[in-house]
Amino acid sequence: MQVFDIFLLEAVLNGILFGGVLALLALGLNLIFGVIDVVWICYAELMMLGMYTVYFLHKVHGLPLFVAFAGAIVVVSALGVVLHQFVIRPVLNGEPINQLLVTGGVLTFLQAAATLMFGIEFRNIGISMPSLMVGEISLPWSRISAALTALVAMLALYLFLKKTYLGTAIRAISQDRAIMPLMGVAPAKIYLLTSAIGGALAGLGACLLVLQYDVHPAIGLSFGPLTFMVCVLGGLGNMLGGFIAAFIFAQLISVGGFYFHIEWGYVMAFGFFIVMMFARPQGLLGQK
Amino acid sequence: MLTRNWILGIAALALLPILVTSNYVMHVLVTIMIWSFIYTGWSYMGRFGLVSFGHGAFMGIGAYTVTLLWNAQGISPLLSIFAAVALAAAVAILIGYPCFRFRITGHYFALVTLALTEVVRSVIVAMRDVTGGSLGITPDSVLKDGVTWSIYAVQFADKRVFFYIALVCWVIAIYIWQRIDQSMARYAMQAISEEEDAASSVGVNVTATKLKITVLSAMMTAFGGALYGQYQQYINPETVASLGVSLQMVFAVIAGGMFVKLGPTVGAVFTLLLTEGLRVGIGNKINALDSTIYGILLILFIIYMPKGILGKALEKIQR
Amino acid sequence: MATPMLELKNVTAGYGSFQALFGVSLTVNAGEAVAVIGPNGAGKSTLLRAISKLINVTAGEIVLEGRRLNDVEPHRIIELGLSQVPEHRRLFPRLTVEENLRMGAYLPAARAKFSERLEMVYGLFPRMKERRHQLAGTMSGGEQQMCAIGRALMSGPKLLLLDEPSAGLAPVIVQSIFELVRKIRKQGYTVMIVEQNVHQVLKVVDRAYLLEVGKIKASGTAQELLASDEIQKAYVGL
Repeated sequence: MQVFDIFLLEAVLNGILFGGVLALLALGLNLIFGVIDVVWICYAELMMLGMYTVYFLHKVHGLPLFVAFAGAIVVVSALGVVLHQFVIRPVLNGEPINQLLVTGGVLTFLQAAATLMFGIEFRNIGISMPSLMVGEISLPWSRISAALTALVAMLALYLFLKKTYLGTAIRAISQDRAIMPLMGVAPAKIYLLTSAIGGALAGLGACLLVLQYDVHPAIGLSFGPLTFMVCVLGGLGNMLGGFIAAFIFAQLISVGGFYFHIEWGYVMAFGFFIVMMFARPQGLLGQK
Repeated sequence: MLTRNWILGIAALALLPILVTSNYVMHVLVTIMIWSFIYTGWSYMGRFGLVSFGHGAFMGIGAYTVTLLWNAQGISPLLSIFAAVALAAAVAILIGYPCFRFRITGHYFALVTLALTEVVRSVIVAMRDVTGGSLGITPDSVLKDGVTWSIYAVQFADKRVFFYIALVCWVIAIYIWQRIDQSMARYAMQAISEEEDAASSVGVNVTATKLKITVLSAMMTAFGGALYGQYQQYINPETVASLGVSLQMVFAVIAGGMFVKLGPTVGAVFTLLLTEGLRVGIGNKINALDSTIYGILLILFIIYMPKGILGKALEKIQR
Repeated sequence: MATPMLELKNVTAGYGSFQALFGVSLTVNAGEAVAVIGPNGAGKSTLLRAISKLINVTAGEIVLEGRRLNDVEPHRIIELGLSQVPEHRRLFPRLTVEENLRMGAYLPAARAKFSERLEMVYGLFPRMKERRHQLAGTMSGGEQQMCAIGRALMSGPKLLLLDEPSAGLAPVIVQSIFELVRKIRKQGYTVMIVEQNVHQVLKVVDRAYLLEVGKIKASGTAQELLASDEIQKAYVGL
């Protein structure tokens, strides 16, 4: 009985660590939605490209891991800008649903192009980090460092949005876009900047995930839907709601997976999502 | 209702299997018919602004219910299709009712339905003991020892049988499209997709109307999924119950034209000819190449031709 | 005579196919306070939006201190020293008072003087200092108007445009808002104000234009207009 509880505790702790990473992924998506009012369905596919960037820079070209990480963040951030400028912008004033669908096209394209370029095999950057042993509880350092990094990044973003002129403008534009020129702000520039930050967050997410998972062209499908559900559950565009939802989801997956099987953990989390859609379709913290 | 042109057109289609001798061409035709049916079902919702990424779920429900009941219990697809369609309808209500009740539309609706696809896919994968997980499953075949067809098992060695089944389904789907158009004034339909308050004010019960359309669309997609499984004699979560399938539907419909009756059909023809053309022209790396092109085309279509091929063509003709 | 602060020459503007201004000409000289009065729907707000380039000018010319504004991008207008308090205040409701003021000082040149100007605005509106950490959307209409004026002053403008500052406010508050406008004038700002509250606004400004259905119908000093029978009947003598 005693041993049983310890393993449950381990699952809970792992859930918290996983929640940290999920919260980071949701944050990028929520930022984009909150500011530009567009959902990047291809968000996780940008992350997949970030994981490949780390893989090629580090494993193939032998660059130090942190250089590879920086490279991935820069690459995905640039992809975010390209995505906004060439795909989102032409449809920004059109039917809202077209903005969603157009990124669906990007999803299909990126996943298929990655298959064409890199093949379908699973690739691993070949770094195995030890685990932190606390009594009988084992927590992988890769997860701990990922969760801590996610936390630091979220704090940094919070301070940026709260303390700087640019950050304030990013929050302001989501509240009243039409009068931004009266403040001397060009909305198009803020959108590009937000896309760059959203991309950078996806790039950072890629760095954290590549420590724990193999990269392959379809990996986006493992994290994309999960991230959308976290965002919707938290109330689309609501960063705090997304944060809370991320931890609820991660716990369900981790503890549910502990009692049954990891796939049932996902089924439980998704089932919970659907039940919550009945109770609070506007999201945990969304206002009706 | 059915004008002379339509009767002639359907008769011409019905003659195709007699004229076509190539097994490969027949296969392409059957596939086009089945997908045209499913895409048309998807568009019932799409044209009202209800963009669903959940149709992978409905298709999966249809295909897996029928196949699993056949393999495990030996229940004829002729019976289990009712269970499959009913299950899809129930799920559609489960998702649709709260969404429409609370006026969840646009992005939110798309993401909720996306989650639904993911739920169904992960349940199929998680129940791998009975579903075969991501490796997929094959319906137990009765076509051996000289048996070439079985109505009870809905298995036919001759592809032409499936062509006629799919043709009938497709005609019904087009007919339903017309009925929807006739039962609702155009302004009411516009109102539903654009301005809910306006729709309510002209006496349309928005929630009920949307729900009806959603249930209808889900049932047809489940039926199409079951038909697809019986025809292919193999299903797996990626091909019938994934986000990929849902996106494929979205792409084909947008390419063809979401707002015109034959648009989804044109989309099916266009995408399948593209896929097959690439397969014949280039060969084995096909899987990723066609999707790469689909992705780019989807982006280009939405930016430059949001009304689709047929929609644009009709617009040109009318001018 | 020196170049006027702001000069409009035959300005035509509208929304899509709807034309709201028909060849409007007017001038505002440095140090002056000028009002544009007129009934609802006369095009007064459109006029200010056109000056700030929030909508496009289809014909005519807008000149600020000798510089043509027609081809200037909307977000560059404020850099030239023209700041607007928009109709309905349009604060950012979920930003605090101080954050709203910070948005007013978004320009690089204004950022450098942020704390200095913040002191100035807080001196002008002590109430804003008390509420600086409150969300702007939770304040009363009068307080929001103060905040909106404060935000516009944060860029250190030469010319301040005010769009219906008294709209939707209680009479007592309206009094104090006009009192503030008078104070702002004394600090040396050039002010152009669009108002329906003709009686009050004419007490604050030097000159005024009467705008009706997109055309200037009359102009003169505040005293002249106050004395005019036509204006007395139509707008003042309620």
